[in-house]
Parts: sequence; structure tokens; C-alpha cells
Amino acid sequence: MSRYIATRAIRGAHALVTEAELMLQKALAEKGPETPVAFPNTAYYLPVIYGMTGIPVEKLGQLEPVLQHARALLHPLPSEKRWTPYLGETLDCGMATLLAAEAIEAIRFVYGLQPEPMPGFRLAGGTAFTSPDNGAGGESLDGHLNGPIDDIQLRTWGIQLVDGRMPGFAAIIGAAKSNEVAVKIVRELQQRNILCFLAGNVNGRSIIHQLIEEGVELGYDTYTVPFGTDTISAIYALGFAVRSALTFGGLKGGQAREILLYNKDRVFAFVLALGEVDDLKYAAAAGAINFGFPVIADTVIPEILPTGVTTYEHVVSMPFNEIEGKDDLERAERLVQKCIEVRGVKIKVTKVPVPVPYGSAFEGEVVRRADMRIEFGGKYSRAFEYLYMAPLNEVVDGRVEVVGPGFEEVPEQGHMDLGIVVKVAGRGMQEDFEPVLERQIHYFINGASGVQHIGQRDIAWIRISKAAAEKGFNLEHLGKILHARFHADFGAIVDKVEVTIFTDPDRIEEWLREARKAYDRRNKRLADLTDESVNEFYSCTLCQSFAPNHVCVISPQRLGLCGAYNWLDCKASYNINPTGPNQPIKLGTCIDPVKGYWTGINEYARIASHGTVEEVAMYSIMENPMTACGCFECIVMLIPEANGVMVVSREDSSMTPAGMTFSTLAGMVGGGIQTPGVMGVGKYYLLSPKFISADGGFKRVVWMSSILKETMAEELHAVATREGDPELISRIADERYAVTVEELLAWLEEHDHPALAMPPIF
Amino acid sequence: MARKKRSLEEFSADPAAQEMLVRAEEMGVSTAFHRADALAPCNIGAAGMCCSNCGMGPCRLTKDGLTGVCGATIDTIQARNLVRAIAVGSAAHSDHGRDMAFTLKAVANGEAEGYVIRDVPKLRTLAARYGIPIEGRSPEEIANDLADLYIAQFGQQDGQVVPIIRAPEKRQKLWKKLGVIPRGIDREVVEALHRTHIGDDQDAEHLLHHAIRTALSDGWGGSMIATDVSDILFGTPAPLLGRANLGVLREDMVNVIVHGHEPTLSEMIVAASQDPEIIEYARAAGAKGVNLAGICCTANEILMRQGVPAAGNFLHQELVILTGAVEAMVVDVQCIMQALVGLAQNFHTLIITTSPKVKIKDAVHIEFDEHQALTIAKEILRRAIDNFKNRGEVHIPAAQSELIPGFSHEYINYMLGGSYRASFRPLNDAIMAGRIRGVAAIVGCNNPRSTQDYLHSYVTQELLKQDVLIVETGCGAIATAKLGLMLGEAGLDQVGPGLREICETVGIPPVLHMGSCVDNSRILTVLTQMVEEGGLGDDIDQIPAVGLAPEWMSEKALSIGAYCVASGVYVIFGGSSPVSGMPDRVSDSDLVSRYISEGWEKLYGGKLEFIPDPEEMVRKTLEHIDKKRAALGLPEYDPSRFGRSGDARILELEKLPLPERREALYGVPVR
Repeated sequence: MSRYIATRAIRGAHALVTEAELMLQKALAEKGPETPVAFPNTAYYLPVIYGMTGIPVEKLGQLEPVLQHARALLHPLPSEKRWTPYLGETLDCGMATLLAAEAIEAIRFVYGLQPEPMPGFRLAGGTAFTSPDNGAGGESLDGHLNGPIDDIQLRTWGIQLVDGRMPGFAAIIGAAKSNEVAVKIVRELQQRNILCFLAGNVNGRSIIHQLIEEGVELGYDTYTVPFGTDTISAIYALGFAVRSALTFGGLKGGQAREILLYNKDRVFAFVLALGEVDDLKYAAAAGAINFGFPVIADTVIPEILPTGVTTYEHVVSMPFNEIEGKDDLERAERLVQKCIEVRGVKIKVTKVPVPVPYGSAFEGEVVRRADMRIEFGGKYSRAFEYLYMAPLNEVVDGRVEVVGPGFEEVPEQGHMDLGIVVKVAGRGMQEDFEPVLERQIHYFINGASGVQHIGQRDIAWIRISKAAAEKGFNLEHLGKILHARFHADFGAIVDKVEVTIFTDPDRIEEWLREARKAYDRRNKRLADLTDESVNEFYSCTLCQSFAPNHVCVISPQRLGLCGAYNWLDCKASYNINPTGPNQPIKLGTCIDPVKGYWTGINEYARIASHGTVEEVAMYSIMENPMTACGCFECIVMLIPEANGVMVVSREDSSMTPAGMTFSTLAGMVGGGIQTPGVMGVGKYYLLSPKFISADGGFKRVVWMSSILKETMAEELHAVATREGDPELISRIADERYAVTVEELLAWLEEHDHPALAMPPIF
Repeated sequence: MARKKRSLEEFSADPAAQEMLVRAEEMGVSTAFHRADALAPCNIGAAGMCCSNCGMGPCRLTKDGLTGVCGATIDTIQARNLVRAIAVGSAAHSDHGRDMAFTLKAVANGEAEGYVIRDVPKLRTLAARYGIPIEGRSPEEIANDLADLYIAQFGQQDGQVVPIIRAPEKRQKLWKKLGVIPRGIDREVVEALHRTHIGDDQDAEHLLHHAIRTALSDGWGGSMIATDVSDILFGTPAPLLGRANLGVLREDMVNVIVHGHEPTLSEMIVAASQDPEIIEYARAAGAKGVNLAGICCTANEILMRQGVPAAGNFLHQELVILTGAVEAMVVDVQCIMQALVGLAQNFHTLIITTSPKVKIKDAVHIEFDEHQALTIAKEILRRAIDNFKNRGEVHIPAAQSELIPGFSHEYINYMLGGSYRASFRPLNDAIMAGRIRGVAAIVGCNNPRSTQDYLHSYVTQELLKQDVLIVETGCGAIATAKLGLMLGEAGLDQVGPGLREICETVGIPPVLHMGSCVDNSRILTVLTQMVEEGGLGDDIDQIPAVGLAPEWMSEKALSIGAYCVASGVYVIFGGSSPVSGMPDRVSDSDLVSRYISEGWEKLYGGKLEFIPDPEEMVRKTLEHIDKKRAALGLPEYDPSRFGRSGDARILELEKLPLPERREALYGVPVR
């Protein structure tokens, strides 16, 4: 701090705590202390309050001790002369500010004032798995800003945060010097895949207004989340930070110091204060510094360059006009670079030679039919992608050839057939890696702004927006993207990449036949790839940056719980980076083939979990189940009364027969702790013959989120057939029919579910 | 050899002191300053070459090859003398610690009138550290156990004194290997006395080995216990505004000076002085109330905790009486000159001794007993108030400075991160980056043989300019306070650019007042925490830090110096060395002098050197700091890299009228 900042922050803290107290008094008088308070679709109560004080606030009345604590953290303003030290005191006041801010937002929720109304505004919500026309969202997404990040989104982003695809988040507070600058700043951050949380205003004008005016899509899909147009709403960014620590770090409410240090060391976030900084912003910034998040301002404010509470500088001032650059856009770019430098954000930027912005932030972007220039695949045309390896001398690196006409002649919103064939060569390349690399095509192409990619193999579906086409994006660019990204991300195994894009119908026919032969071959190989057919599994400690004691053991028949890494992925990853997070684990002696115990696995788990896990049963939920970080796709949980298990998808926010929603359940599973009867898994593990095979296998599933039944209908049907009961899926209940144990048991009786007749599960 | 009388400026660098010395000369009374001039120190004794340990001597070894009657060589004699001095210093600190422990015991059992347990968290933290159960127990129960544990340390015969576990692990291992971990506090002192009896330990290195063990029983024993208990009973210090120098005396109030070292009585006098009954009593006597001020380390104890002003350091004890404004000087133990009584007879001032251990002929003795502390404190104050009417001519110098004391290691921890992120990380970071070049602890006494406060001030000011953060205790701290260097303001214009950034960031003065001389144990804790925080090596001897006692005179200083060396610190003493020998005249008379430097450095990483020249002190300090920086692989000190932080620019900007300010907010466009 400096005395100036301390003075203003402490003053701001006093004001906000007082405001919160008055609001609470009013709310208690009007609504009563028993009135429930919560942030919808989030776990961990009011997360900052819960994390910092351990108080699980569920009712209005519980905010009283919280604000008393906040009040106790306040200190007097530093004297003009003969001052006593103020750094610790200011940080405490910053914390008081955060507690008060969260209390205020909670009270506003009680009054229906949060999320902040914004008539006519539409969030770019939805998930990556829905049809492009479906992303507009229901009514709930309309007419207001985002409010707190919901839990599904937190977990979805979790894996990206841990594997570095999403290097961190920026809490942008205030308004940029101009709309143009606002857009540039956000674009620059998006290109680096940095999440942008937007809040605050300067004299009533917020960066949110600026971006809306410029037609920038705001929402989860574009990594730009508008919290609210006041500074107080920035508390959601810190709530996100606390929840990251609780979700992935295995920390508990009240472990304030650990949570703050977790954020300092692992969550690369910073505050970007745009425009004049007022008392409240100083106060909130002091709160953020407790998390190790530095503050960068584009105006003149005192700089605090010594380090310690944050890893690098605490407060940096970059007066916008003083930034070197030929115009404001270049200055904006430099400003963002400075932010990244100050937080020490690790960024892998691959320069991709395309005429549109490029970065993972654009992966979730939806191209709606109305905005579409052309599509390949989907209902009206065919598209496929195929990657194969060839000898080094047969591949011309960097060659991108388009065989057939471009889409220039196709009318607007039209369609055409497309084939993408990628030929790679490399000394470290193996045939097993072909499907691993091929699956990357989805992510790589999606990274281009205005280009959308769905599906894979011969069900690929690509859309190019009018805006992208106007900027000159053409078919050749698809190849350029793939060339650049394969080199950047898989350079260790790939030396040469050649891409051919086919639009010529005959050639498509010819190559599609070729590709389908390969798909079959690979399917066969995958089917043959059983746990028994290999002598090593792989570890995945990717999440240890977030969940320090968790380790995934990935076998051919059990993929990682995040759904992103299977055995082949791990093998490829190990080849790319032999000292990386995926290491082969020699199985050693099999102790118990049914439950899935191996000496090598136990030994490894003991070391990699730093002694917290002694043994792991690969195929059981009841005995030494595998631990979880926080990014699991599904939770499997024992329902003792039903003699079976339920499977809850992270996309399902409704109540379950366990009496808890996914969010609450997740709190019991994450953090690398072994809890018999509960397990986090990847959804494709449900299909594996090794799915809790020691406990009876898939037939134990008595309840399953309907979204899983729908999105994996075909695969599940195959499993049912394999289990000898093609009707099995229809015997499994879901949230539409049973949200209590009683309802569930009634359903199972009625539908004659096999679990009831199975031996007791324990 | 007739000595030239020194000028006022040579007596003291403090104008308030000079003013009083003028008065002394006008009155024709003598002070320590004058006596130091009149009485030349014995040069043979000063060099450590005289042995008076038995009736066969004293033996003065002034020629090559000469030994004592018993055959003792110079190095044996010097080592014996040094061990004895350290034993005395250690005994003084530790006996203070013992009394504190007994007071804690009495408080825990409700037998100490007026005392309460003020810092329960510290009590619990410490108790837990020693494995004393704390959950579900009252503070009194815990305090009783802690007091028993601490009391037991003094008479313990074997094993190791418990505070040792608070040292860095590597250091503990080293001590264990070298066999210097104190077994019991009293035992080491007794053994030191035993070994220095005629015909005992007569191997200098072996004697000095025990000197270390004896000193450790002070720093990581008695002193640490004293600080711990004082904090528990009177509160762990945190910054507050205080004042220092003779100007704190009041013409219109009854002035009571507390002088000595222990906070037990003085804290009670502070409480009593605010008692309405006493204030009323003072009013009835024609005064506005009772004005309390401290001298020496008693001053530091109550300044750190209560903000009670410090009238001055060791050499001010006579000067304060010369103001004629002191109704009573209440003394307990250590550093109290016998001359006070004679001097006070020229005035109305009462000298009141209070410790059962300390009586001074012709002084009033009101014996202190912690079981009736408040009653006795009030009685003392009444005596002082009754004496107000006898006050004669008063001459109070105007000089006084403000300061912000109160830097316990607990507060330092807090100030660097607040309640939630308290740590030493920012301090370590600042040293690692080079904003802070290193740390110097400047401690110790006043010595009338050098110019009062001059060496302290010179070294402090020079090191500040070199971005060295300074921590101080004892009389040295008061010297610096008198210069206004213990204010946040000094952190803006009296220091190098990097240190300024730190001072401005945290809001601290560039010189941190950490307490009394017994509180040097706090410095050990700070150093340990710096090691534990990481980035500055894994033991104290790797930290770029130096300890200095520029104006030392007490045997306690030697004990402090020795335990700091044993903890890995380079310690520089000013003034003359008690083991200097006369190497130019008597060969091998500097063996001990060399051993406590080079020999100890090999063993402990710290060394003890006596350097009279202040410029040399500064040079050697910086040299050592830079050497340690280099060994840690830290960047070379380069002040030009720092100094951009701070308020200066925004304060300029705020002066602009609003419209221009809006414009200027985004800075001046670059061309």
C-alpha cells in the first residue's frame, strides 16, 4: 500500500461496511432473519464469507455475525503525520470490504435485484454440446447480467484452468477510455484465453455498456462474463476464486489463509482498473490483494512495486496516454501485456495466420444460422476429418491444398461438402496417436473467432460466420490453423504436417471411404484395448496444480474423470513430455483382478498423493475408490436403500435422490479425498465393462440424470444390450421421475430394476 | 597522563544533554561524563591482561612470555575474564526472566494484585509450541503450566532449555553437534563461575566454548522467557505514538521517572498514575497530575506497550535529575548508577530503590512485592506527590521527539500481510530483490567514553542511506528516537530509494523499535522467521544481516553479542575490546581476539569484532551484507533500480483543479 491508497481504501471499507449494515438491518426488519439467502446454482453458500470465516450463511440472520466480523477488521485512517503502519490494516479493511460486498449482493438477491437487470440484454450462454441454434438460451438468460458464475461453468472451466489452456482471469473494473479501447482490451485477453470478468463503472458508464454497444457477445461462451455495473458485483470474481480453492484444492470453509495462498500460488488472476479509481475500488482492490491478485490501473494512481503479498508488483499504474504506441489500440495491447507480466500469467500463444482473432476463448463461440455464411456437415451436407501418419519423406510440411472449389460461389447461409485430411510425420509419431491428434481438430478449428466446429470424424459440422468470411477467412485457413497448432502443441511427436481440404465430390467420396476404413480399424483397436491387454496404466497429475493430493489412474477401460484424457491421450502426452503429468505406471503384481488392485498402482498412488491415499481399487466404488480433483463430468454415488448407485451429470442442477444437488455432492467428492460410496468419473466410463465391475457393474445404476440418457442414448443402449437387458436404460430413473429415495424405490419396483434382485452391495 | 577536558559536543550529540551538562557545570556537580574524563581506564585491565581471580595476584601480564603466578597465559586470562563477563550478563537477563516467570505463576494463581493475562493468544501459541494442552483450558490454567515450565528451566540440570526449539532446525543441529545447547540456565552460569576459579579450565578455546553455552542460556533462555512473559502479562507491543527526550517532563505535573529494566513494577506504576484517587491526590498537592517517564530499558518496556514517554537512555539518568523537575526516580535493577543518590541530594528528588536485590546507600527503599503491586505502586506515587512541594528551580530542555515504537515480531508479521496473510514474505522478497540491501540490528548501551548517541546515530543514518533496514532495542533505540528516525516520515527522506519503497508500502519507520535489551530475543525470533519464510537460506548465518552495539558498556551486551554470534550473526561492537590485548607490545595477546572472530566464524558462521571507528563499522557491515547476498545468489545491490513506488505523483495530481485533473488522470501523452 501507500498512505494514499491506505487512506482511500480504509475510507471505502468503512463506507461499504456501514452500507451493508444498514441494508441488513432493513432486510431483517422487512424480511426476517429466517429468510433464505443464496447465490443460485452455486455451491459453498456465500463463498467468500464461507471461505474466509467458515460461516455457512443460509439465512439472512446469519449475516449479522459476518458483518460484525467485518466491522472488527476495520481500522482508523492513517494519520496525516506520525502515522502508524497501515499495510496490514489496509488488507484487513480490504477483507472487510469483500465480506460486506458479498453480504450486500446476497441481500440484493433476496430483493430480486441480482443478477443486475439489463433490459434487452442476452447472455451468450449454453454449452458447447448443443446445436448452434439452441444456444440463445431460455428466458432465464435474458434481460439481466450474469451474476455469480454457476457451478457447472466453474467445473467446466476447471480443467482448462488446470491444464493451462485458460491461464487465468482478469477482473476488469470500470470503463475504458473509449469503446474502441474496451473492445481491444477484451479481444486481447480473449486471444490469450484469459477469462474476463466485467464489473463496475466510472461515472455511471461501465465497460459492460461499452462492449454491448460495440456488439461484443458477452457470456460464458466467449469467456467474458458481465457481473454487474457496480464495483460491488466484482465480489463474484473473488467468489469464483474462493470456490476454485474449495472445489479443486480440497480446502474447507474457514481455512482462509490456505484459500488465499492457494489463489496466490495457483490462480493467475489480476484486477484491471479502467478509469478513475474511487474509494470503493481502492477498498475492493485491497481485498483482492489478499488473494495475491495485483491491480493494474490505466490511470495515475500510486504504484506499489515491492512484492510479497502478491507474487510480483502489488499495484501498477500505466497511465493510458503514457503507454507507448502509435494509437489507442496499440496502447490497449501494451496494457494487456503489462497485466500479464505483472501477474506472471503463463501463456502459450500460438500465432495462427488467419484473418480473424484466434484463441481458446473463442472455442465456445456459437455461430447462429442468421449470422452464418456457410456450413459444412449437419443436416444438409457432409463433412469429415481424417488424420493419418505417413513416412517423413511423403509429407510436405506446411503445404495446404484446397482440392475443389471454394465457398465463394455458394449463396449466403448455404452449405457444401467438405473433407479435411491431415497427413503427419514425425520420428516420435505412432499409429496409436492418430485418433488422439485427430480429436484435436475440433479444438483447433474452434479457436478461430467466427468459426464453429462440432462433432468429429464423419459427423463433423463446421460453420463459418459472415463476419469471418468478410474478413477474408477461407478454406485454406482451416489448413493453416491445423498446421500451426499441431506444430505448437504436438511438436514433440510431429515434425511435418500437410493438410488437404477437399470440396470436390469425387475426391470426398474416395477419401471418405479411406477414412471410414481407418475409423473401423481404430474402433477395433479400441475394443481390443482392454486393461488386461496392457502392462502399464498412466497417471494423470495434471490437476495437482489445483488439487495437490489427487492423482488419476487411467487405464484403457477407465478414462480420466474429467473426460478429457483416455489411456491413449496419456500415452501420447507422455511421448510429448516424458517428465509431464502423465507417467506410465507399471502394474506390478495383480493382487485382486476383480476389485482391481495392483502393487504398482498402490505404490504409485501412495507417493503421488503424498501419503493421503494408501490403496486404490480400480473397479470399485465401495472400497478404496479413486479420488477426484473437482473437474469430474459425473458423480456416482451409492443409494443404499436401492442397492445401487446414482449417476449425476454436472450439467444437471436439479435435486437428486441423495437429497443433494450436484453442487453440494461435489463438495464431498473433490479435493483428492477418498470417500467410499462416492466417486467422480468421466461419463464415458459409464460405458466401460469395467465400470464399478467389482460392485456389480452397470446394472447397479438405478438413477441417472436425463441429460446423460439423452446425449449418450445410443452408447447406453449398447451397454444395456451387453449387460443382457436391452430395456435396462428405461428401468433407470431420472430427475423427472424421482428426486427422493421413496420415489426412487417406487420407480424401481414398478420398472423391475435388476439392482433390487442383486446381492447386497455392501 | 592528563586528559584534556572534552567539549559539550564531545560529551553528547544530544542538545538536551548538552543543555543539562551546562547546568551541571554551573552547579559544580559531577556526572558520568565528567567522571569518565577524570578517570582514565586502566589500560592493562581494559586489554584483558589483568587477572584478579585469586589472592596470588592481581597479575598484570605486560611483557612477552609473562604468565600469572599460577602460570596462566594471557589467552587463558582473557578468556576467563570474558566468560565471567558473559556469565554476569547472562545472569542479569536470566534473573529478570526468572522474576517474570514467578510473576506469571502468581498471576495464574490469582495471587498477584493488579495483574491480568493480557495476551491470551500469545499464551496459547507458546504453550502449544511446548506441548502444553490448551483446548478447553482457561488462560490461568495454561499460564500456570507455562510458568512451571519456564521456572523449571532455571534449575534444570540436564537436557536442553525449552526455547531452543524455536531456533531454525539447522542451527539446533549445529548446536547439538558442537555441544553448546544449554542444559539449564543457572547451571551454565554456575559452571562459568566454577571454570574460571583459580586452577580450573585453562584452555582458552575450551573456556570460550562454555561462554557460548552460557550466552545461549540467556538469548534462547532467560531473555526469551522474559520477553514472552512480559508480552503475555502486559500485552504484545504494537505500534503507537510515543515521545522521547527530556522535553517530555512537565513543569505542571509531578514527574516520576522509572529507571531500570523490569516492567513488573513500572507497569503497575503506569496503572496507578491513572488512578483517579492518585490524580486527585496530585491535584491536592498543586499539580495537574502525575507525569510518568522512563529511563533506560524500563522506558522501552512501557513505551512499547503503553506509549509512556522515554525521558532518555542510560546517560540521561543523571541529566534528568539535573532538571530539578523530578519528584521521584523509581529504580529496580541494572544500569542504575550509585551516583544518582549523591546527585539527587542537590535537588528534592527522591531516589527510590524497589528491588529486593538492589539497595543503594542513602536511597529510600520501598520493596516491591508483586503480590501487593498496586498498593506499593500507589504508595510510591504518594511519596512522589508529597515531594512536589519541595521542588526548587526547574530547568526542562524543550527537546523531545516523537516516535512510533512497538514492533514486536508478532506485529511485524501482521503488518506485512494483515490478519489473513500475515507473513515475512514481503520482507524476504524486499531483501531478495535488493530493495532492502540487508538488515542491521543496532542495539546496546551508552558509554560516556564516547560521545553519547553519536556512534549510534552515525551508523544508523549511514546504513539507512544504503537501504539497510534497521531494528533497534535498548538505549541505542532511544538515541535514534531522539533524532526522529523512528517515524514514517523518516522513511521518505532519510533512506535509500529501495528502502523508501518498503517504508512507504508498509507505513513503517526505517528504524524499527523492538523493545528493551532483554527483547533482543525478539530479533532472534525475527531472524528465525526470515529463515523459515524461505529464500534467504536455511539458517540465520546466511541472512544478509549484521548486529551492532556501537556504544556498549554493560556485561549484558557481551552476553547478547555472544548469543548472537552463536546464532550465526556477525556482531560488531564499538568502543574498546575487553580482550584486545596489546599485540604490538606483547605477542600472542590477541589470540582470544582473533579466536572470537575467525575461530567462532568457522564454528557458528557468526563472529564478534570490536571496531572503534564508525566509518569502518559501516564499511564492514555493508561488506558483510554484500558477501551474504552474493552467497545466496541474490542480485548485487543496485539502488538505481528502485524508487518508483509511492504517493508523490498522485499528490501532485490532486492539487490540480478538477477539469485538469480529469484530463491528467490518463497521464501526459508521450511524444
